[in-house]
Amino acid sequence: MVFALLPKKSPNRDGGEVEIEKDLRVEDMEATPSGQDGPVLVSRENRQTVGVGTVENPRMTCRNVDIYYGDNHAIKNVSLDIGRNEVIAMIGPSGCGKSTFLRCLNRMNDTIEGCRITGEITLDGINIYDPKIDVVPLRAQVGMVFQKPNPFPKSIYDNIAYGPKIHGLKGSKSALDEIVETSLKKAGLWNEVKDRLDKPGTGLSGGQQQRLCIARTIAVNPEVILMDEPCSALDPIATAVIEDLIDELREQYTIVIVTHSMQQASRVSQRTAYFHLGDLIEIGPTEVIFTNPRHELTQDYITGRFG
Amino acid sequence: MNKDDSKANKKVEKRTIDIVHQGLAKRYRAEGRFKFYGLAAIVMSLLCLAILFISIVGNGYKAFRQTYVELEVFFDPAILDHENLSAANYSGLVKSTLRKMFPEVKGRSEKRELYKLVSPGAAFQLRKMVLKDPEIIGRSISVWVPADDDVDMLIKGYFSTDAAENARRLSDKQLAWIEQLREQGKVKKKFNTTFFTAGDSREPELAGIWGAAVGSFFALLVTLLLSFPIGVAAAVYLEEFAPKNRWTDLIEVNINNLAAVPSIVFGLLGLAVFLNFFGFPRSAPLVGGMVLSLMTLPIIIIASRAALQSVPPSIREGALGVGASKMQMVVHHVLPLALPGMLTGTIIGMARALGETAPLLMIGMVAFIVDIPRGFTDPATVLPVQIYLWADSPERAFVERTSAAIMVLLAFLMLMNAAAIVLRKKFEKRW
Repeated sequence: MVFALLPKKSPNRDGGEVEIEKDLRVEDMEATPSGQDGPVLVSRENRQTVGVGTVENPRMTCRNVDIYYGDNHAIKNVSLDIGRNEVIAMIGPSGCGKSTFLRCLNRMNDTIEGCRITGEITLDGINIYDPKIDVVPLRAQVGMVFQKPNPFPKSIYDNIAYGPKIHGLKGSKSALDEIVETSLKKAGLWNEVKDRLDKPGTGLSGGQQQRLCIARTIAVNPEVILMDEPCSALDPIATAVIEDLIDELREQYTIVIVTHSMQQASRVSQRTAYFHLGDLIEIGPTEVIFTNPRHELTQDYITGRFG
Repeated sequence: MNKDDSKANKKVEKRTIDIVHQGLAKRYRAEGRFKFYGLAAIVMSLLCLAILFISIVGNGYKAFRQTYVELEVFFDPAILDHENLSAANYSGLVKSTLRKMFPEVKGRSEKRELYKLVSPGAAFQLRKMVLKDPEIIGRSISVWVPADDDVDMLIKGYFSTDAAENARRLSDKQLAWIEQLREQGKVKKKFNTTFFTAGDSREPELAGIWGAAVGSFFALLVTLLLSFPIGVAAAVYLEEFAPKNRWTDLIEVNINNLAAVPSIVFGLLGLAVFLNFFGFPRSAPLVGGMVLSLMTLPIIIIASRAALQSVPPSIREGALGVGASKMQMVVHHVLPLALPGMLTGTIIGMARALGETAPLLMIGMVAFIVDIPRGFTDPATVLPVQIYLWADSPERAFVERTSAAIMVLLAFLMLMNAAAIVLRKKFEKRW
């Protein structure tokens, strides 16, 4: 099978999805390599997205998303879907905009001065950048785990209970206790902390803190969890624990993970998107991206030529 | 040609490590000098501080003791009229007692000199005793009454008896009487409770710091109640909610400017606005507190903003990430973490307000006030103004009282700073 794919970017925004779906058919076609052996890669100069960004019945869809920080064009015309109960990894060299893109999915970028977003991002068919949309329920629906573990300087119990409390999910103390217990169990932290729930969350080790943050996020029962390099500050053992956790969480949640580690992306994700300097270069099933990249930039990155 | 070049190069070129070694001694010397300058500066400042404290304490510690004279008072029913005890002639009682103790004293001027040995406060003391317990009329009781400030100064050794009689405050006769009393053991130095319980007085031995302390307390309470909530609210709005544009920049610049405005300008403002325009009472702690809060507000706002800025953004993100609204993020997470810094800034501002004199002069808190203020609108003065007033008084005995008042003021300042440290330690959380 030879891949050669040069989809044209859709000139009009509304046609984006249609255009990409056409590419699906192109994928099966035999490429016409001009007398070369092996797969023909898309050249480095070509910055159009290679691969299929859409899935059936998506949870979130992003169409022609452009993000600017002041004059800086951080994300350029990115379109992709996030499916249900999948882990989608975003990889790419530093400064490629993958974190920026991730933070747009629950409007965390609203807090950044001078950040401007165009295009459309929908959650279950509703545009989250609609002026009528309230960010508070959106963030309850799309939770986020950050690069650096950031537990609140409160007790472990209060860390978990904070989200349910402010959303008024559970009134009684026993119900709250239950949420705390199940969240910590889901995050695989229960056995380690059940005897010291009143101790400060900041006293835990780095890996435990990160799992505490994950537990805090799932305590509000979100539908999508965004993870921004959740393991970058952790050692390999803690990383392995969190990766197992991500795999388990996939059954209930949709997870978008940004990572620097290609091994991590290949271990935990079903689909992978490769970003380069603000462009979505290639997207596809993880095993395809890592074994048969179809873009020179992707191949450079996964073979370690840069990044 | 080439060979010569490389040879020459080899001669000139040293190993890097040799160059490093060459400069090393000089580097260490420079470092040593730098350390010495720093140490010298610290020693200098500690020395100045020590001199200041020694001079204040040295001048002031004697004010905490006061000379008392023991009088054998016969509460004469002839002098004390049962009908009108509160207006009876108590100073006559004191005089008759003194005459009885020194029966040899005759003649008007001599008697007058004798009466000057005890404080006019003695009469008030006897009055108080009688009013408290009228039963003592007709009995003889020995009472310790405060000596006059000149006697006090003599006993404390502040003036020499070698000078010519007309060049000193006490005559030869008075010195002889005092000597006589001393021999009888009727002169004693006791702890000066008056100093801590009385208001101001023209007589040094009757003057106390309590009136000014209460005035300071009321004024600072008003300052705290006004400036802390307003300052924190302003800081939170500017730091967390306000859009960053030209207007907020302008406000920020102006707050910084206000912090640098001389305090007397705030006093003039208070005089013009609070007294003349709104017609608030003069010399009142209420107005003093309002003027002082104008002065401390910028300090509190700046300190609170710095405290808010020092809260790590990751905490804010974490709160927003679980779906907290901005308000919840600020109230639940940012404010508790910024509180220690805010409290520290507030207490530093309050400490500055406690030591402030100039703006209060403008609104009439410099008046001579004997009564202890009972509320926010009673005429009052404050500690630093009291110090200023005493420092201005001609009596020798006010010198030590000035120093003693400074010690009280410094004690209050240290107390407030200690409170700031304790509060910071208590609320401080590490992350």
